Amino acid sequence: MAKAEVTALLNPRLAMRKRIGSVAYVIFILAILLGLAGLAALLLRVLWQGAPWLSLHFLTDYPSRFPEQAGMKSAIFGTIWIMALTGLFTVPVGVGAAVYLEEYAPKNWFTRIIEVNISNLAGVPSIVYGLLGLAVFVQLLSMGRTVLAGAMTMSLLVMPIVIIASREAIRAVPSTYREASYGLGATKFQTVKDIVLPHATPGIMTGTILAMSRAIGEAAPMIAISALVFLTFIPTDPLDEFSVMPIQIYNWVSQPRPEFRGIAAAGIIVLLCVLLSMNAVAIYIRNRTQKRSEE
Amino acid sequence: MTTTTGPTATDTTLSVTNLDMYYGSFRALRDINMEIKRHSVTALIGPSGSGKSTLLRCFNRMNDLVPGARVEGQVLFNGEDIYHPSIDPTEIRLRVGMVFQKPNPFPKSIYDNVAFGLRINGFRGNMDEAVERSLRRAALWDEVKDRLKASGLTLSGGQQQRLCIARAVAVQPDIILMDEPASALDPISTLAIEDLMRELSRDYTIIVVTHNMQQAARVSDWTAFMTMGEDRAGYLVEVGDTHQIFTNPRDERTEGYITGRFG
Amino acid sequence: MDTTARDGFAVPIGQRQTTMQLSRNRKRGALQGRIVHWLFFACAVMSVITTFGIVVSLLSQSLGFFGEIPFWEFLFGTNWSPILKDAEGNRHYGVLPLVSGTLLVASIAAAVAVPAGLAIAIYLSEYAPDKVRRSIKPVLEVLAGIPTVVYGYFALTFVTPLLQSIPVRVFREDLLVFNALSAGLVMGLMIIPMVSSLSEDAMVAVPRSLRAAAYALGGTRLEVSLRIVVPAAFSGIIASFILAFSRAIGETMLVTLAAGATPRLTFNPIESIQAMTAFIVQLALGETPHGSLEYNTIFAVGLLLFALTLGMNVIGHFLVRRFREEY
Repeated sequence: MAKAEVTALLNPRLAMRKRIGSVAYVIFILAILLGLAGLAALLLRVLWQGAPWLSLHFLTDYPSRFPEQAGMKSAIFGTIWIMALTGLFTVPVGVGAAVYLEEYAPKNWFTRIIEVNISNLAGVPSIVYGLLGLAVFVQLLSMGRTVLAGAMTMSLLVMPIVIIASREAIRAVPSTYREASYGLGATKFQTVKDIVLPHATPGIMTGTILAMSRAIGEAAPMIAISALVFLTFIPTDPLDEFSVMPIQIYNWVSQPRPEFRGIAAAGIIVLLCVLLSMNAVAIYIRNRTQKRSEE
Repeated sequence: MTTTTGPTATDTTLSVTNLDMYYGSFRALRDINMEIKRHSVTALIGPSGSGKSTLLRCFNRMNDLVPGARVEGQVLFNGEDIYHPSIDPTEIRLRVGMVFQKPNPFPKSIYDNVAFGLRINGFRGNMDEAVERSLRRAALWDEVKDRLKASGLTLSGGQQQRLCIARAVAVQPDIILMDEPASALDPISTLAIEDLMRELSRDYTIIVVTHNMQQAARVSDWTAFMTMGEDRAGYLVEVGDTHQIFTNPRDERTEGYITGRFG
Repeated sequence: MDTTARDGFAVPIGQRQTTMQLSRNRKRGALQGRIVHWLFFACAVMSVITTFGIVVSLLSQSLGFFGEIPFWEFLFGTNWSPILKDAEGNRHYGVLPLVSGTLLVASIAAAVAVPAGLAIAIYLSEYAPDKVRRSIKPVLEVLAGIPTVVYGYFALTFVTPLLQSIPVRVFREDLLVFNALSAGLVMGLMIIPMVSSLSEDAMVAVPRSLRAAAYALGGTRLEVSLRIVVPAAFSGIIASFILAFSRAIGETMLVTLAAGATPRLTFNPIESIQAMTAFIVQLALGETPHGSLEYNTIFAVGLLLFALTLGMNVIGHFLVRRFREEY
């Protein structure tokens, strides 16, 4: 077959293909708009329904059967307790695990198991962590439905996030820094403590904040640990009972009286504001370090 | 048609006039003027950074894919300005094929690699025949005829590059652009590719960028020497019959380069 | 020069003391190094212990359940009423209605998130200018960061009424207040960023040279995207679907709030169903005495949930790894 024949057999229909391309482009844009519109609808809905119920007493009052008097003080304090203890448990262990995997771990099957295990743990449904906490902390270790049991459960839940983020931060420390440190006769631990960790701190902090913002919104595992919603006191020690913001919101959403939907939306606004400020801090830290490393 | 030695007006398939090429505000090519003769091999030689590949990519508008790239001047392909607003770059690329520096077969079967261009361009003929013909044309048929369903990535480097040539040949372009097609290959595969270029130039116009001056001397009919100016813009020093360029260059910069004094 | 010996140990006195001190320090350093090494190791092992804890606690608690209810009856039974007795006074422990409820919601979510997420990934990886990409991505990521209880609120108080207000009755029935459809649609919105960002990662990893070759053969942008880039990134894209689906299966608050609490073996999206996770929450909220059959039931369901999601995650991570090895 000669060249001219092949060319004659081609039917590129370019105009048609370009039209299909344009249609596809429109579909792609619509997909993005769908995502953005969903997000916008969600946020507007929350603001619309919740804003009228927002007031100072909403933050400082305990939950109540009467919508006008309902507040989320106990849930806010419960969340603060859980977050503080979760951070306390997670950060040292998570960073320690990351340091081990990046700086110490030999390349063998056991290390491989740990790595695979961490990535799989990150995908375990949060309610399963709740069952773990219920069986081990609440029952087996007899902690009861306490802040301590809740925080320990939450720590296990967000541990993989902290480990993964810390590993990335540690990996990003240039190896020349380590070599320089070893060259001066520093031990491995000195190198990790004085060189690697200080340089990885912003990354670790960003990862920790992201882990905490995951924890702050988790309701499922906390429901398995603590079903308490109408708590009219705030926890004063780790062995007190507790409620957290997302549980409180869940409870309000499932109340039959329509006023409570508004209260729930108000609670969501508070929760989202906390999340937003945490993320803003994380972004600030990241941008600041990026700028510094570019200099 | 036979390989021509003396250029005449109708022999010209590509004609470049006052071509400037920019990446954003950086001028990459300055005032290129040249003609490419039909059914011949033209080699673009010159030091690194002299814009050989950039110029090559102006001929099939591959530079259009780089954000901020723009071209001034004219490239006439069979008398038609390929940068005219009414021209679709896709159409140009169908008629001006390209083979790249590193063999880049698609992660598909050998057969599908060759058939790809025909399929997207609505080929209505016998696909098996077309694939076989293209593979024969690229001197690969005998090596792969029993495993057309195997992935193109299972071939050796030299075979992969010939598969890429078969892929380019399949849609029967007028021109095949080759961007240092043998630079990633061993010497034996390189010779096979060079033979192929000579062989293909009976039916196709071939423009090849090469770093290797022996290669340019061996395979090309015409040679264009480019270099880089003070402003880092590449420009054309001289174009001519390969024999003349290598034995009796008109410009001392060309002579300096081919005798290895600089570059 | 103050030295003790001129031959052999020509070391200044002061310096010799320093050397001795250094070596003592080094010995202490070695011990410290070993202790620290083991501490870090213990931290890393915590993750293995966690997995071990999950498996053991789920298994041991559901052992009591499977002691009374045969495993096959649990796995293939089509009637789930572990709390309420039927007319004959029997309870039923067939988990299939919960599984079907979970799969129904997750499938609706996938029907939304897979096409939308893939389209977004193609746009971001193949079409979007850098600037647009950098501004759209973080906004979409916000979707992944919103607590799921908020999505539950959104599905129940906004999407369901919205769907109810559509005058055309697709199934010629009324949409119930609790239904699989709105829970699934909203869950789809929730997992879009998971599909899009993982798929985009896979597509961005496809070598530029393949795109160049396809363009050089006269391919349009769409053809290059769909016929070269998507197939080349296929295993990574499939992995994103699997991981997102697994996420949907394990999602709790959204289905608890919006999909209902009526275990039913149905694939009718406008009906009220109960997902596995929603059942666990329902029982955890009630005052079930620990050690009772009801209490153990949630661990049996939890075990099944864990096994399902773990299986999908292992496959998903395997595909992601295989994809990374390809390029």
